[in-house]
Amino acid sequence: MRLSAFDLACRRGGRDVFAGVSFSVAAGEGMTIRGRNGAGKSSLLRMVVGLVHIAAGRLDLEGGDPELTLGEQAHYLGHQDALKPSLSVGENLRFWSAFFGTSSADITEPLAAVGLDALIDLPAAYLSAGQRRRLSIARLVAVKRPIWLLDEPTSTLDAAAQARLGEIMRAHLAAGGLILAATHSMLELDSARVLQLDQASFLQVGKEQA
Amino acid sequence: MTSLAAILIRDMRIAIRVGGGALMGVLFFLVVVTLVPFAIGPDLALLKRIGPAILWLAALLASLLALDRLFAADHEDGSLDLILMGRAPLEIVVAVKGLAHWLTTGLPLIIAAPFIGLFLNLDAQAAAALVLTLLVGTPALTFIGLIGAAIAVTLRRGGLLLAVLVLPLTVPVLIFGVAAANAAVVGPVPFGTPFTILCALTLASLVVGPFAAAAALRQEME
Repeated sequence: MRLSAFDLACRRGGRDVFAGVSFSVAAGEGMTIRGRNGAGKSSLLRMVVGLVHIAAGRLDLEGGDPELTLGEQAHYLGHQDALKPSLSVGENLRFWSAFFGTSSADITEPLAAVGLDALIDLPAAYLSAGQRRRLSIARLVAVKRPIWLLDEPTSTLDAAAQARLGEIMRAHLAAGGLILAATHSMLELDSARVLQLDQASFLQVGKEQA
Repeated sequence: MTSLAAILIRDMRIAIRVGGGALMGVLFFLVVVTLVPFAIGPDLALLKRIGPAILWLAALLASLLALDRLFAADHEDGSLDLILMGRAPLEIVVAVKGLAHWLTTGLPLIIAAPFIGLFLNLDAQAAAALVLTLLVGTPALTFIGLIGAAIAVTLRRGGLLLAVLVLPLTVPVLIFGVAAANAAVVGPVPFGTPFTILCALTLASLVVGPFAAAAALRQEME
């Protein structure tokens, strides 16, 4: 499986965010996306899952399921945790597993992987920001999808939880998945490649339009 | 199929828990209808004549009450992004969310209506006709409301816009719903004529609502 992008461009609200972005990530590889605020890291990730319109260029997935769109084979961990405060930890995770089509799967194992198994009956309203984030990460473990798109995954996580996330990500790569992560902190991924989004060429594209 | 059942169960659970909209709709319905006899006075004949119209108006307003949060809540916490990445078609997901909303707000109204109708001097026959028209008509209100809820999804105070957008569209449903309920009480039109048109309006909104709402959601998410 290989995810490739050719000359991607992004326009949001009439402004060119980036242009000419190309990359290629193969199964078992991770790539970190870096750049200043507003460089389009989140937009690039949302573009891959089909939540942001591709202004130019194209995205190819070799070796995926031809019946499914790219977004249907990917997990997106955004800034928001997609949790309902009135539902319990277990109900929240069980809903997303059932929605993504793995209702029979056991949810105690993914919860244990992020260290929330003791809180399974607690309403999500009482979770701290870090615990909420860990519960969203449990969704990635519970439902198997090959492509992971992580937007600032380590924000709000403490050192122990970051280490745990590193383990989960390494396990995903070892199982043949691929990861794109937009982050400021260094994720300790072996063979992680870096895409720098705020190179001079992109900045100039923005200026010419302005 | 499991993903749609999951959405139905989740939305109904949220609606009946603390902070959900299910109980709020019935209470609002009760309060509005209770105020009418106080405003109009104890004229039993007048109350009986305008009763079905008052109950229909209150049901219309009550069913719009929690509707503005239907997609906005999912949009704000990021759930809508994930729903768009699911394998279930958005149109069907929207329809299932509408069904969950109707089951938690529309259905309790219909169950409460004959009892609250006692305040307006409704007899058994009129109450039966009213329940039948509400049962057929309130799904149309919810599914027309879906369109407004989807358009107002990114707005902070979408509730007001929702009412302004949706209420004019519900006028035909209101006209034929009240006409059918009145026909059973006072005549002279047979009950069947306006009731059949009400059924047609509901069937049309069940089809048009989800497609229009899904199109609006896709447009908003760009």
